Amino acid sequence: MPAVKSLDDLKRIKAESLEKRQIKASAGQAQVTVAMGTCGIAAGARDTMKAILETIEADQLSGIVVTQTGCIGQCEHEPIVQVTLGEQPKVTYGKVTPERARQILKEHVVGGQVVKNLVVPA
Amino acid sequence: MTVAVKNGKDAMQVVRTAVVHHGATRDELIPILTDINHELGYIPHEAVDEVSRLIGMPKSQLYSVASFYDMLSLKPRGRHVIKFCENAPCHVVGGRQVWQALHDALHVKPGETTPDGRFTLLTTSCIGVCAVGPVVVIDDDVHGNVEPEQVAEILARYE
Amino acid sequence: MKYFRSHVLVCIDPECLSKGAHEVEDALQDELVAQGLIDEVQVLETSRIGGCSNGPELMVYPEGIHYVGLTADDVPYLVEEHFLKGRPVKKFMEQITVVTDEELGPPKPKEVRVVLRNCGQIDPNNIEDYIAEDGYAALAKVLGEMTPQATIDEVTRSGLRGRGGAGFPAARKWQLCRNVPDSPKYLTCNADEGDPGAFMNRRVLEGDPHSVLEGMIIAAYAIGASYGYVYCRAEYPLAVKTLNIAIQQARDFGLLGENIMGSGFSFDLEVRMGAGAFVCGEETALIASIEGKRGEPKPRPPFPAVKGVWGKPTNNNNVETYANVPQIILRGADWFASMGTEKSKGTKTFAIGGDVSNAGLIEVPIGMTIREVVFDVGGGIKDGKEFKAVQIGGPMGGCLTAEHLDLPIDYESLTKAGAMMGSGGLVVMDDETCMVDIARFFMEFTQDESCGKCTPCRVGTKRMLEILERICGGEGQDGDIERLELLSAQIMKTSLCGLGQGAPQPVISTLKHFRHEYEAHIYEKRCPAKVCRPLIHYTILDNCTGCMVCARNCPVEAISGQRRSVHVIDPNVCIKCGICMQVCNFNAVEVTS
Repeated sequence: MPAVKSLDDLKRIKAESLEKRQIKASAGQAQVTVAMGTCGIAAGARDTMKAILETIEADQLSGIVVTQTGCIGQCEHEPIVQVTLGEQPKVTYGKVTPERARQILKEHVVGGQVVKNLVVPA
Repeated sequence: MTVAVKNGKDAMQVVRTAVVHHGATRDELIPILTDINHELGYIPHEAVDEVSRLIGMPKSQLYSVASFYDMLSLKPRGRHVIKFCENAPCHVVGGRQVWQALHDALHVKPGETTPDGRFTLLTTSCIGVCAVGPVVVIDDDVHGNVEPEQVAEILARYE
Repeated sequence: MKYFRSHVLVCIDPECLSKGAHEVEDALQDELVAQGLIDEVQVLETSRIGGCSNGPELMVYPEGIHYVGLTADDVPYLVEEHFLKGRPVKKFMEQITVVTDEELGPPKPKEVRVVLRNCGQIDPNNIEDYIAEDGYAALAKVLGEMTPQATIDEVTRSGLRGRGGAGFPAARKWQLCRNVPDSPKYLTCNADEGDPGAFMNRRVLEGDPHSVLEGMIIAAYAIGASYGYVYCRAEYPLAVKTLNIAIQQARDFGLLGENIMGSGFSFDLEVRMGAGAFVCGEETALIASIEGKRGEPKPRPPFPAVKGVWGKPTNNNNVETYANVPQIILRGADWFASMGTEKSKGTKTFAIGGDVSNAGLIEVPIGMTIREVVFDVGGGIKDGKEFKAVQIGGPMGGCLTAEHLDLPIDYESLTKAGAMMGSGGLVVMDDETCMVDIARFFMEFTQDESCGKCTPCRVGTKRMLEILERICGGEGQDGDIERLELLSAQIMKTSLCGLGQGAPQPVISTLKHFRHEYEAHIYEKRCPAKVCRPLIHYTILDNCTGCMVCARNCPVEAISGQRRSVHVIDPNVCIKCGICMQVCNFNAVEVTS
């Protein structure tokens, strides 16, 4: 890991990090982010995450990056999953049970169709 | 001499590990006691004696600190510790009914352990997940949006 | 009339039917006959139990256990385990999920995210993500281009006030500490967010820990501190874990530790966990706890800025205060001061909880009105009920009512109205809340958390709690209100720390705005909100169809009646749990006071 010795070092890391994101976006990769703050976990986010990972493995889906993040703030709608396909705007889904996670993966991530009735206004 | 402990762990070994890990100084007392409490389920008297000896602190002061903090217990606890959030935000969204359901299921008062040693029922202060209240914490699992009808199912998951 | 010990409801909605509900039902009947249980367990058909996406579904009463995804093959095992041996079968049970509510709240257009800008946007366990959002650029600017005094001056100009509750100007604290000719100096971060209903700090710690670390390093540079502690409550294990990962990554990148960014400035820190004591959120108690002692507050002066950890100068600030610092440095004091009111600059995070539609976290410029926060951002009251009150400032804050809805939320306005900003927890209450019960609730909390050092707090809160419990229990006496007022005044005047000084505040504010509720409890033995159990009665109305569901579910068998005739609740046996009202499908159970 590089030691940051100056502002230039920081700028370099920032540029590299942003570039990585750009590559992911233009390669058409899908990013699926699960909010795993304590409130998300209390609402069942771990099961949601598990369902997502299991579905990806079982259906042999590729090109999907699954990450986690902290609390998004809309705790009433936990568990929350955000999907970003390529360069399209991020879509935030609420109350994502394991069953709905599978639906979102199949219809949005693979099929390209946003599951409108599960979306939370960003 | 082994003490009646959770998971059959050797209390003295747990104490020594904790003291070595944090350092044998007074200011590390709370982290040390927290580790012991976590490993053994509570802090046995023998553990207090040993910590006192290793750090060089009078036992009375150790008891003074251990008895002050809510999350440290000097009494044995059940195999599973239930912590129910009893604060206003959870109360206002239906916490009272969930509390009643817990009582009905366990038949013990807060602070007590069920006769079969399975559950200890405690109240806890706010865990900070109020938007998904009512909240019940069992061991390290945080259960949110709990309804009275779900209490039996949730409890059944813990042996 | 046959009495069954158990009822099994089988969902026969089209969706469940299409998944084989009838096969399951037939298998169930067969198996019950085979096991000789058909006279004890009744199988009934019903419509929608759960989501039906998990069908076929069963509901077993009286336990209320919900089985999903069953096949006919599962049935023999289920019958043997559950009905013969009395062991509910975990693997067939529904996973606990959030009860669905398709109605989504309105967007939150008035949020301005400064402290929360990265939360939910980045991976908190990846420092590079933080750097990509200009993380640590403020630190680079401070170390490379600014002197410690210039740093303090910039924060002074921004008008940043401590976000922990008291609202003391942050930079003034830093200056005081800087001016003390003693060393070494320490920094502490108060992450002991204990106010029930407040979880803003948790969100920042779990979602953007580096913003707090960066703020702390900048503050340490400004003051001349060499070591720091983040005192985080043990009830936040994920926050502690995330912080520790962040600290290690910052060290690996040379942003913490010796010679940070080659500037010659060295600073390191560690996380200290609390152990379940609300009072440790008070800064002198926090310091005592770091030192391994009982968390008992000390008189001030001397202030921690002069004599803190180990008797050395210590600057203590809240998580949110530190999290604001990097942005103030990067975007300038003028930018920060352009938000908020004249005396309260910047933004504030709030946690809205209780009976609102959109419970959660928001960050808004200081000065937004309560109405805007509760209705525009919070989505108004859930289930179409009426707004009754909002508690602001935690257990030492006060209740405000509908007449205060247009009050701006800033430090001065709230204090004048008898509440306080506190750490930012708002608990919204609807018209089914009993305000005496709420006051009792908060008093129970503060009584439990009192450290015991000061007699007025230790004993006084206990006496107040006893009186409140009597009132809620239907045994209120003439003179109780006066006693509460007298005790409140005494405790507030003579307690050493903020806990005692603020403990009577919920009682005082509810007495001010809801005195009539107290009087109804005491003189009429009536609870207007129909909450306090000893003062309420459950009765069954004439539209009861005699379906007997309530009688079966009553845990104390207080309900009697024949099938198809109106049932009756025996008030001497009834424990007022409310289960009958919940299970009645005909709204035939009423609660009165």
